[in-house]
Amino acid sequence: MIELDKVAYSYGGGELLSEISLKLSPGSFHFLTGPSGAGKTTFLKLCYGALVPTSGQARLFGADVRGMSRDDIAMTRRRIGVVHQDCQFLDHLSVTENVALPLTVAGQDTLQELSNLRELLKWVGLSHRAEALPPELSGGERQRAALARAVIMSPDVILADEPTGNIDWEMSQRLLQLLVELNRMGKTIMVATHDLNLIRAAKNQVQARVLRIANRRLQLAGADL
Amino acid sequence: MSALSRIAGFVVGDAQADRAVPPSGFTANLTTFSAAAMAFLAVFALALSLATGRLADRWGQELARSSTLRISAPGDQIQTQTQAALKVLQTTPGVASARALSADEQRALLEPWFGPDLPLEGLPIPQLIEISEDSTGYDAAGLRLRLQAEVPGAVLDDHTRWRKPLIRAAGRLRALGWLSIALIGGALAAMITLAANAALAANARVIAVLRLVGATDGYIAQAFVRRFTLRGLSGAALGTALGMGAVAVLPAAQDTAGFLTGLGFQGAHWLVPLFIPLLAGAVAFIATRAAARKTLRELP
Repeated sequence: MIELDKVAYSYGGGELLSEISLKLSPGSFHFLTGPSGAGKTTFLKLCYGALVPTSGQARLFGADVRGMSRDDIAMTRRRIGVVHQDCQFLDHLSVTENVALPLTVAGQDTLQELSNLRELLKWVGLSHRAEALPPELSGGERQRAALARAVIMSPDVILADEPTGNIDWEMSQRLLQLLVELNRMGKTIMVATHDLNLIRAAKNQVQARVLRIANRRLQLAGADL
Repeated sequence: MSALSRIAGFVVGDAQADRAVPPSGFTANLTTFSAAAMAFLAVFALALSLATGRLADRWGQELARSSTLRISAPGDQIQTQTQAALKVLQTTPGVASARALSADEQRALLEPWFGPDLPLEGLPIPQLIEISEDSTGYDAAGLRLRLQAEVPGAVLDDHTRWRKPLIRAAGRLRALGWLSIALIGGALAAMITLAANAALAANARVIAVLRLVGATDGYIAQAFVRRFTLRGLSGAALGTALGMGAVAVLPAAQDTAGFLTGLGFQGAHWLVPLFIPLLAGAVAFIATRAAARKTLRELP
C-alpha cells in the first residue's frame, strides 16, 4: 500500500533522509523511533503525500506521488488516516463535527453516518465531550478525538505522529489499546514515537516491528528493546 | 444535472461545508458595502449612457431630416424671392416638401428673445422656409448653386454644420458612460479579489486542516467562492435598487430642458440595470475563484 524505494528528502540544506526503502504490508504494525529532529515527521509526510521525495520513488496504493495531481493526493488522504502531532482541529467546530470532517469534505452525508459517529466517539471514550470545542479538551482527549477523525473513513492505513507526546502514561496505554484494536481489525498501523516504554508495552500485545531513523537511514531495530 | 439546478445548488450551498470556514462578520459587510456602492454608481453611469444614446439618436434623426432656407431681401422683393425659392425647392430632387413659415410662426420663434407683441411687420425680418427631406436627401452644394443664380438673398442652412459636433459629443458621452461601467466592474473585481485574498490568508490554518483530511482544492475554493459571490450579488442588488430609486425620483424631462434633466431610463430600458447585480455576482465569482485557485496551488 505504501512503498518507498531509495527515497531521499532534503529541506534545502543537506539531506535529512536518504536511501530509505520500505514496503508497508497490509495488517502490519510498525513503530518508528529515533531522536528528535531525526526526520520522523518528514518520513510520515512522505508516506501520506504531503512531501514529494527529492530523489527515489514513493508509491501510494500503486501510484507514484510525483505523478499525482492535487486532487489525487486529496483522494489518497481519504484512504490514509493520519493522527497529527498537534491534532489539527478546526477550533470553531465541535468535536463531533471535527471527527466527521473527513466525511464532510468527501461529500458524504454525515447524518447517515451519525450512528457510526456516535459509536466511534463511544469507542474512543468521548461521548460526553461530543459537543465540546477542541480548545476545551485535555491533551488525552484531543489525541483520542484525532484518532477518531483518522479512522472515520475506515482507511486501510493509519499513521500516528507522536500520539502520546504530551499525555500521561495511563492515557498513552489507552490510546495504544485503541491502535492495537484497529490493527486486529486488519488495519496497517505506523506509530512514530520516542517513548520506548510504549513500544515495550505494545510488544506484549501485538507483533510490532520497530524502525529506527539514525544517521539519515532507516534501520530495523532488533530484539534489543 | 441541468445548469439551472447547479446554480440553485450553488446558491443553497452545502450547510456543512459552509461551516468549515469560520464566519467573518466585519469584512463580509465591507464586501457587501463595496458591491452596493459600485452598483449604485453603475446605475448612474448606465442612465447617462442610455440617455445620451437616446439624445444622439434624436438629434441625428430630427436634424438630419430638416433644413432651413433664410431669405434676406429688401421688403418689396422678399415676396417674389420667396416664391422663386419655393419653386426651385419643389423641383429639387430629394426635397419632400418646402413651406414658408407664416408671420405668427416666425413671431413664436423670436418670442424667447424679444418677448410677445413684437411688431414684426415694422422690422426687416428675413423669411424662413422649412425644408423636409425625403429618405435620400438632396445635394446641398448643387442646391446652393441654383439658389445663388435664382434667389440671390437666400442662405441655405442644412444643419450639418452644428449637428455633427453635437452628435459626436453625445457619442463621446455615451462611450464615457460605458467606460465608467467597465471601470466600476474592474474596481469591484479588484476589491473582491483583495477581500478574498485577505479571507484566504486569515483562514490559512483552516485550509491546511481541510487539505489534510482529504478536501480537494475545488471543495475548499467553493466555500469561499460561494460566500463572496453571494455577498457581491446581494450588495449589488441593494445598490441597484437604491440607484434605480434615485433615478426614478429625478425631475422628469421637460420639452425645453437639456439632456441633464433627461437623465434616466425610459420604457424597456428600466430592465437594463437589473443585469447589474447578476454581472456583479459573476465578477465576484470569477475574481474569488481565481484568487482561491491561485492561493491553493501555492499550498502543500
